[in-house]
Amino acid sequence: MRITRYAVSMTALGLVLAGCGSDAGEQAEGAADSTVEVQEDAEFPAGTTMAELAEAGSITIGTKYDQPGFGLLNPDGVPEGFDVEIGKLVAAELGIAAEDIEWVETVSANREPFIQNGQVDIVVATYTINDARKQLVDFAGPYYEAGQDIMVAAGNPDGIAGPEDLAGKNVCSVEGSTPAQNIRDNYPEATLTLFDVYSKCADALTNGQVDAVTTDNVILTGLVAGNPEGFELVGNPFTEEPYGIGLELGNTEFRDFINDVLEESFENGDWAAAWDRTAGAITGEDAPEPPQVDRY
Amino acid sequence: MQFFVDNLDLFWDAFLTTLSLSLLAGLLALVLGTLLAALRVSPITPLRALSTFYVETFRNTPLTVVFFFVIFGLPQIDFVIDFFPGSVLAVGLYTAAFVCEAVRSGINAVPAGQAEASRAIGLTFSQSLREVVLPQAFRTVVPPLGNVLIAMVKNTSIAAGFSVSELSSLLPRLVNANAGELMLVLLGVVVCYMVITLPAAFVLSRVERRVAILR
Repeated sequence: MRITRYAVSMTALGLVLAGCGSDAGEQAEGAADSTVEVQEDAEFPAGTTMAELAEAGSITIGTKYDQPGFGLLNPDGVPEGFDVEIGKLVAAELGIAAEDIEWVETVSANREPFIQNGQVDIVVATYTINDARKQLVDFAGPYYEAGQDIMVAAGNPDGIAGPEDLAGKNVCSVEGSTPAQNIRDNYPEATLTLFDVYSKCADALTNGQVDAVTTDNVILTGLVAGNPEGFELVGNPFTEEPYGIGLELGNTEFRDFINDVLEESFENGDWAAAWDRTAGAITGEDAPEPPQVDRY
Repeated sequence: MQFFVDNLDLFWDAFLTTLSLSLLAGLLALVLGTLLAALRVSPITPLRALSTFYVETFRNTPLTVVFFFVIFGLPQIDFVIDFFPGSVLAVGLYTAAFVCEAVRSGINAVPAGQAEASRAIGLTFSQSLREVVLPQAFRTVVPPLGNVLIAMVKNTSIAAGFSVSELSSLLPRLVNANAGELMLVLLGVVVCYMVITLPAAFVLSRVERRVAILR
């Protein structure tokens, strides 16, 4: 009798949990059947990183696990998103199949140490190229141009059209992020509320504890997609955040190789197809124009 | 060294935030915890049950969940509390459960004869508790209370995830701005915490020696 009662309550709990599937999760499932052709007979000059990786038959790639559309861990424990697809493109040109890629979670604070210590071969993790980081690691790409934008409650009750309108308002972002520092430096009249993850900013906006959320537009797009009735994007990016692929400092051959792979994917449509499968599936928008690779 | 000079005001602000958060939450926890302990040994069953319920609820709930409840849950029932007072409340409510258990263990360590004797000479329950039992209980309770309070200082770091710019929130902020100085950032934060916990531990050990009962 008692066992039956437990069984019933566990089943009920299971049903409730099953109902909690998010849009982002569904999008991730759709991305699972990605189709990048693996280069079977990849040949590289001896001694290069490409030759080593192709010989080993595996590559370690760092990406984010919490960003819908770019890098999000699916229920099977595999990351999916636009960054992940870019990683697969690079691996495929090395003759490494998607299932032979070893994924490592990198968060904003540990990307440079992971590259410097050799814990990852490359990092594809909404990684903005800037001069301070160029001192520590090398960047291939950019493969995408994001920009800082603002998310507000549906209907935009405060009429926020751009960063200037944030003066006197309570703005939410994540501690240690470049967008938060940008608000500190350039829009000091705004009050900052800083959490450790963006999902808390979304909760605070729902509760009316903050007036707006600001970070890269691609991240906000994922949040809006999760709650289209509650949030809306201002849609007025006010910075340029070129996303690059991080690799060890001074490995010019490897960087040139990745840049070649990116340029080829821009031209043959693999890049746009990767966008449509992942981030594009969330926003419902067509792939943008690919950016210009910067061989600095 | 230049790194610390450049970021001195950041460290100072964060240090003060952690310190005031610890002091206010510690005060709340000590007062509430002692009240709860009194309820837990009271002769009135509903009060005992209430206190037991409180202690078991907060002692068995992760602090992060308490924070979520105070910061994001209460506004859902139209009780909006600012992030800093909310953090004081969360840490204080949580730590009160542990303070209660420490004080209760102290009360139990006072021989039952003491309470019986004070009742026999005509003191009321609260009088015998206040004048006879608690003064003796607090002496035995100093070392475990010290543990609880030092753990609490470190627990305030969870407030970093709830928009309080205390010491731990410096980690992501400074690491992002100075990617090459990871070890220095860690060192600075650890030293700041020790500036709070080491003197606290020293004061507690002095108090412990002062009030120790010679048996």
